[in-house]
Amino acid sequence: MPHKPPTKEELERRKIVGIHEETVRDVTSTDFPGHYPGEEHSWDIDAFRRGFRVEFHQNAPFEASFSLIGVDASIANAFRRIMIADIPTLAIETVFINNNTSVIQDEVLSHRLGLIPFKAGHEGLHKFLKWWRKPTDESQINNSYFDFNTVSLRLEVKCEHNEAASPNETDPKKLYHHAHVYASDIEFCPVGRQDKYFSGADSIAPVNPDILIAKLRPGQEISLSMHMHKGVGSDHAKFSPVATASYRLMPVIRIDRPILGADAEMFARCFPPGVIAIDKVSHKEAAQKGSGYEGHEGEAKAVVADPMRDTVSRECLRHAEFKDKVTLGRRRDHFIYLVESAGQWQSDAIFLEAVAHLKKRAQDLEKQVVNMVR
Amino acid sequence: MGVLDDGFEALLEPFYNGKKLTDPISTKEDKYQLLPAFLKVKGLVKQHIDSYNFFVQQEIKDIVRANRSIRSDQEKDFWLEFTDIRVGTPTRNDYSDFKARDEVTPMECRLRDMTYAAPVVVDITYLRDRKKIVRKDIPLCRIPVMLKSAKCGLSGATNAQMEIMNECPLDPGGYFIINGTEKVILIQEQLSKNRVIVEADEKTGGVSASVTSSTHERKSKTYVILKKDRIVLNHNVLVEPIPIVIVLKALGGLSDYEIMEMVAGGDARYQDDFLINFDEATKAGVFTQQQALEYVGSRVKMGGPKKGRSMAAPRRSPVEEGLDALANLIIAHVTIQDLDFYPKAIYIAMMVRRVLMAAHNPKLVDDRDFVGNKRLELAGQLLSLLFEDLFKMFVASLKGNMEYFFKKPNRTSAYDPVGPISSQGQYITQGLNRAIQSGNWSVKRFNMNRAGVTHVLSRLSYIAALGMMTRISSQFEKTRKVSGPRALQPSQWGMLCPSDTPEGEACGLVKNLALMTHITTNAEEEPVKNWIFSLIPGVEPIRMFTGTEMHKPGSYIIHLNGTPFALTRYPKQFAARFKTMRRRGHISPFIGIHINEHFSAIHIATDEGRICRPYIIVKDGKSKLKDEHLRLLQLGKATFDDFLKRGVIEYLDVNEENDALIAIREDDVNHSSTHMEIEPFTILGAVAGIIPFPHHNQSPRNTYQCAMGKQAIGAIAHNQFNRIDTLLYTLVYPQRPMVITKTIQLIHYDKLPAGQNATVVVMSYSGYDIEDALVLNKASCDRGFGRCQVFRKYTAELQQYPNGRKDRLGGIQKDDEGRTIAKHACLDKDGLAVVGYRVHSGETMVMKETPIDQTSTGIGSDRGSDDFRPAAINYRIPDPAYIDKVMVSNTEKNTAIVKVQTRQTRRPELGDKFSSRHGQKGVVGIIVDQEDMPFSDTGLVPDIIMNPHGFPSRMTVGKLFECLTGKASVVAGRRDYGFGDAFRSHPVEEMGKVLIDHGFSWEGKDYFTSGITGEPHEAYLFNGPIYYQRLKHMVQDKMHSRSRGPRAILTRQPTEGRSRDGGLRLGEMERDCLIAYGASQLLLERLMISSDGTQVDICERCGLLGYKGYCQTCQSTSQVTQMTMPYAAKLLVQELISMNVGVRMQLEDKFPHPR
Repeated sequence: MPHKPPTKEELERRKIVGIHEETVRDVTSTDFPGHYPGEEHSWDIDAFRRGFRVEFHQNAPFEASFSLIGVDASIANAFRRIMIADIPTLAIETVFINNNTSVIQDEVLSHRLGLIPFKAGHEGLHKFLKWWRKPTDESQINNSYFDFNTVSLRLEVKCEHNEAASPNETDPKKLYHHAHVYASDIEFCPVGRQDKYFSGADSIAPVNPDILIAKLRPGQEISLSMHMHKGVGSDHAKFSPVATASYRLMPVIRIDRPILGADAEMFARCFPPGVIAIDKVSHKEAAQKGSGYEGHEGEAKAVVADPMRDTVSRECLRHAEFKDKVTLGRRRDHFIYLVESAGQWQSDAIFLEAVAHLKKRAQDLEKQVVNMVR
Repeated sequence: MGVLDDGFEALLEPFYNGKKLTDPISTKEDKYQLLPAFLKVKGLVKQHIDSYNFFVQQEIKDIVRANRSIRSDQEKDFWLEFTDIRVGTPTRNDYSDFKARDEVTPMECRLRDMTYAAPVVVDITYLRDRKKIVRKDIPLCRIPVMLKSAKCGLSGATNAQMEIMNECPLDPGGYFIINGTEKVILIQEQLSKNRVIVEADEKTGGVSASVTSSTHERKSKTYVILKKDRIVLNHNVLVEPIPIVIVLKALGGLSDYEIMEMVAGGDARYQDDFLINFDEATKAGVFTQQQALEYVGSRVKMGGPKKGRSMAAPRRSPVEEGLDALANLIIAHVTIQDLDFYPKAIYIAMMVRRVLMAAHNPKLVDDRDFVGNKRLELAGQLLSLLFEDLFKMFVASLKGNMEYFFKKPNRTSAYDPVGPISSQGQYITQGLNRAIQSGNWSVKRFNMNRAGVTHVLSRLSYIAALGMMTRISSQFEKTRKVSGPRALQPSQWGMLCPSDTPEGEACGLVKNLALMTHITTNAEEEPVKNWIFSLIPGVEPIRMFTGTEMHKPGSYIIHLNGTPFALTRYPKQFAARFKTMRRRGHISPFIGIHINEHFSAIHIATDEGRICRPYIIVKDGKSKLKDEHLRLLQLGKATFDDFLKRGVIEYLDVNEENDALIAIREDDVNHSSTHMEIEPFTILGAVAGIIPFPHHNQSPRNTYQCAMGKQAIGAIAHNQFNRIDTLLYTLVYPQRPMVITKTIQLIHYDKLPAGQNATVVVMSYSGYDIEDALVLNKASCDRGFGRCQVFRKYTAELQQYPNGRKDRLGGIQKDDEGRTIAKHACLDKDGLAVVGYRVHSGETMVMKETPIDQTSTGIGSDRGSDDFRPAAINYRIPDPAYIDKVMVSNTEKNTAIVKVQTRQTRRPELGDKFSSRHGQKGVVGIIVDQEDMPFSDTGLVPDIIMNPHGFPSRMTVGKLFECLTGKASVVAGRRDYGFGDAFRSHPVEEMGKVLIDHGFSWEGKDYFTSGITGEPHEAYLFNGPIYYQRLKHMVQDKMHSRSRGPRAILTRQPTEGRSRDGGLRLGEMERDCLIAYGASQLLLERLMISSDGTQVDICERCGLLGYKGYCQTCQSTSQVTQMTMPYAAKLLVQELISMNVGVRMQLEDKFPHPR
């Protein structure tokens, strides 16, 4: 039997992940060589160029949402993983405690400090600062700190009675000075060339100055200095530039048979607002034979307005009314990313950095493969 | 009115849980508000405190009054009398005039290893120089004070005052502090005293009635036994059982007719059965009272209980003996006045009648396991037993002291008892302290010797401490294999928690109180006696009736504490009137009354230790609790006791419960209902109360959680960082559970939680999650999930020796180059570790030194060395820790004490144990990077992945509900959704709706994408927050291996146990496997070469051990061979030889050398 090239519908169908009531079907992509007899699916840069698109939905400094259309899940997932685990950031790594008489123990205090996200000037952060490696010889550790790999911070707080407070005051924040220690109390101590890169608006400072670090009472004091280094999320979550980075597939809602009248309202309620719109059955539709609209002119009908807003709760599959009337799916090659930056990077820059990182890793691999073959 | 900051205010606040003052109140929904009101006045540990208060305020005075006077045998006109005794408030024992204050706080006692005790003072009157002298406030002894009791400084303290005293406002109290350790006197369960219990003997078919008489003087047991148609009475003082007719004849010379009437009444069946017993008396030739008394008297054991009588007393006749035994020993709790034996005769006749009835109808046999037949003994009762014994001993020794004084022929001064009282009183102090310290309760006069009465209060978690206060231990033997006492009794309903019992040998024997249980204290009998005759006409004293009248159908005998007291023909009316008067507050609310139709009896109980519980009264199908009552409660204008007085609520004990028809919900109330439950979930105890949706779980799962909740790491008290406990586990970031119960709020678990809300996804992942293992998210651990701290205490007491030398703190040791030696790296100049420093294994924390010379007197030339020997306290745990606290203080004995607390902070690691609140424990199987974890559309990544195989066989549906409810409450941001109370409707419909509204699947299963492949998962995954507890079992504390190491001295075999770096034993069963397999060389290696193989010289001629190739026995080297044998075997041989058992070893060469 001679092989027929797939129709457009067939190609479209292959791109859909089936959403069923209890299962998700067709989760893997099939567009690789040898899967369909007689079809050529080897990767082709031109075909990729033709099919690839990027759409931006939201681009705030701390939150970016965009779609990558026309890539494979493995590539999309690689970006996501790199964003979480491999983009370097600067975070507090070592805490030198001079005095800590607060109720929070040294280790817990250090842990809390480590998790505070910091921001700094772009150039200094990404061009000037380099990795710090712990010397193998422990005694040489003090000779390993330089202005280009270590940032020094300080936290000196002492709680005292506020003489000006009214005698009936019960709020500790007013009753005492420094009853609460906030991230903004952390002081950056520039060393060497750091002045050049981290001054003014580019200074190293916590992203959120109101993070509560500890609570003090009169007589208690925290005095410590800290070292920040560059690190990656795979070492510790504090180095991850994102709160989280994830993607979802573009939902597809196909109404196979008309959903009319009260059912349409109910159908719309099965989805988040805005996904399903209510339309009137037009004269033309009603006139069309076999469309299911015959005789329903002017009645409400459900139409898909904005499937991207769907949360895929599958609620419509639960109701007998919509049985066989609707098919749910998701586009396998349409990835809607959501990147929440922790503050050190611009949320969109994280993604670009992830692309660059993957590229560099691929080139490294290529080099090694070439070496190996030689 | 005191300040209301006892933690319950939030529950009574009108706007609580989104409710406003103006919102409608419905008794159906809001009647649970009575529960906080109840716990405010009674509550979980109040029974301990009430009982202790009763002891120190009343009982102690009664005991002294009963033993108040001392007379001298020598000086006839001297007497001394204790007129009063008072217990003060806790003070320091080492108080002196130089110190400004002498009141002491519990915290000081804990830190300084002191006893939290109060002085006891007595007032005395005595005769000196023929004048009556009155002396007041003479210190007698010190008694340990129960925390939060009336004598304790914490009672009635506001939160602010508690804070000043460094005490946790949520601490339950109810325990003692002895030498710095917190001790609890567990509630003891016993069969009730002074009540007749009828039992059937399965084997012989006999029936017996027994009664344990308990008075202040003695405790004894009397039996009435039916065996082979004959009825006999037996008692400890009797040599042999005595036919019942003889006993009855001895009791007031009743005629045969009278006896028959009293026992059998008009019932021919019982008459026929009893008739034969008269033959016994006839056979023995007993016809008159005199003869009967002679018969009894000649069978009373000599010696025995009459030890106390002085030898000088003349020997008594058998009649006197019999009279004494019957009056004072047999059924001692029925007191004889003016030699009127009739009440006692009635009592014994009643026992006989019960035996006859039970013989006819086996259903009338009593159930020992019935909770109504049990009494709970509390701290106050146990202390009063002990105190009475010690006080009697004190009186005896004071008398001895007095006699010694008066014996002196020429006295220089008049006798002054003040000094001896205080010095002899020390024995009371010591006796009380020792008993609570060791838990050995020995009361001489009852021959009581109980061990394990007290326990150290477990401070592992708040729940553990609370659970200990409600624990009831049974007197029943753990080893016996009977199921009866262990089984769940239907009468436990509402009184004892059905879930909270340990697994294993103590299963069912150790129980816990339910939330609303109250234990009665003793109430006065006299007022009740007066009420009995004044309630309705037609109640007459039993004394006035003959047997026929008593047992006439329709006549009801009114028993007061088990003793027949009055007779009436209107039992229902009587009981109703009695209850009315009780509801009006004229009679104590804790006095129980119930009608027993089988025996035509009304029982009134006023005794202590009965278990009871409050109920809402229902009359004519309507609950007495109205909306306005709850309104008053919310406004704080009424308390629980007000409702008690107004007849809205009453307490029912287990026996009275049987006469009531109790509706569980308001909807169940009908016209025959008499009472209504306040809240069904109160049948569970405090520990089981933290489980959400327990009614959806398989019951053993709830029991498992009850055991595990006590091992959960969390916050133990608000003052946890001020205390220095031997071992303290705390969670760095504890969280209030997402799904709570009302019980959680009532016991304040939400303020001192032990766990964290983990986002859980139920799926199988990676294969490292089989057998209940959990998959943890590494990023979650990085961010502080499950992070815990371990604190350990190290104590050093600087003792003083009899020769005046003292222990001291030494300085840091330096090496040759003047550097501090590594061992002393974290020591300061004063010889104590520096706070904040890290200590490693082997480093010194307290540089204590003891004098080498501890014995020399220092008199003359008897002087020892002036040198000191180091006795340092070293840190011995392999993993380093930080010094958290160093405390230096003085003990009561005025010796210095140093306490060092170390701290470790641990993040979860592979093998650490976690559990949810549904008895589902698991260890960490793998910790996975965040990017490898599945993620949902919203980017949600789980903290924990749980294997779905944990569900089908465990059937913990409650866990699924917790997850679903928690998720709904999180997505909606509504705290009030997160309630999982027992026996309320299930939430699936409602919560599913909330989830749909927020764009989630109604059943909680969402679309997830694999973090590894980036492709969707083929199934929807059930996910949501579940409260996870971190349990105290951690790999770091258990990890152990050894290749070589220390050996025991005696056997030279490797030591045992991780703490001694011991070897891993190849046990008998493992050995059997190797034998069966035939791995002989492996056996040889494991059992000898790697263990205790030794080279020995053996003489082939005599078979004895030689030495260095020479046999001492044969005086020769010719046939001495060297061989290897286990050292333990060599030791055995030598030990046998030392016992004159000759052991000779015959050697044979397995592979002979060709010569």
